[in-house]
Amino acid sequence: MDTASRSAGHGDGGEADRRRHYEDFAPGDAFDLGSLTVSRAEILAFAEEFDPLPFHLDDAAAAASLLGGLAASGWHTASLMMRLYVDGLLAETASMGGAGVDRLDWKRPVRPGDVLRGTARALDKRTSKSRPEMGIIRMAITLHNADDEVVLDCTTPLLCAVREPAA
Amino acid sequence: MWFYEDMPFGLRLDLGGATVTPEAIVRFAGKFDPQAFHLSEAGGRASHFGGLVASGWHTGSLFMRAFVDFADRLGAEMRARGEPVARLGPSPGFEDMRWPKPVHAGDRLAFTMTPIDGRSLASRPEWALVTFDSNAHNQDGAAVMSFRGKVFIERRERH
Repeated sequence: MDTASRSAGHGDGGEADRRRHYEDFAPGDAFDLGSLTVSRAEILAFAEEFDPLPFHLDDAAAAASLLGGLAASGWHTASLMMRLYVDGLLAETASMGGAGVDRLDWKRPVRPGDVLRGTARALDKRTSKSRPEMGIIRMAITLHNADDEVVLDCTTPLLCAVREPAA
Repeated sequence: MWFYEDMPFGLRLDLGGATVTPEAIVRFAGKFDPQAFHLSEAGGRASHFGGLVASGWHTGSLFMRAFVDFADRLGAEMRARGEPVARLGPSPGFEDMRWPKPVHAGDRLAFTMTPIDGRSLASRPEWALVTFDSNAHNQDGAAVMSFRGKVFIERRERH
């Protein structure tokens, strides 16, 4: 594996890399990831391509389902979370990629027209013994709807470049 | 889908596969995961991935599609035999999602899932919650995704 500085096209030399590095995160740090609106057309298009279950495609079937009405695919909601995470944090971070997701809960259905707001919070962090140039920050990411109800909640490790690795 | 009572716990189910085209990778990433290594071959080559790679959420979404198609095929076979077909419910979440290797443009993925555990729900007598070990492998047999997903499955016997 290579270091992350290449991955975002930043060179090692020259001007200072202003992106957020491992040292810039502290447990408890919170980040507003912004918001986006989920349209009915987007819900249907995503479901047709990736998750064509009746409660994501058909109002009557959805009303009779556990979701109680048309709702976005959970994969759609998770993908929208990723979009907010990229735009709101990763784009300005010396990210070395995602290692996965420790746990993700879909707490409530996402409905057509919902406005989703993302927040991220650093839980804890540690450096890698085998790879001193890389640190791991455990992030909690949450999406709220306009009624301030949690619709998605997850914990994911962020692999992040260390600005000054220990020799 | 099978009813909860008939779920073949421990049996690995072959969900089928999908080829991940560069066009699909770029289209998905443009909407949901606009990082350079998901957006163009050049961006991928300049990264530690060495080429265009799919968003992990794209791989997860392709897995979901394979699962729905599997359930549709199974349901059609059951109906053809005159058997009742259980409904699939939504998922409350998953644990331990890992993407141990990148999915490169052109990869052919194979999806499998194994029902490993289940429990009935006092609050929802028609439904049980089943946990599935879920996996994706590439054409070389290397694991590219794994997670433990939970899905509501209809019960035959209401309690």
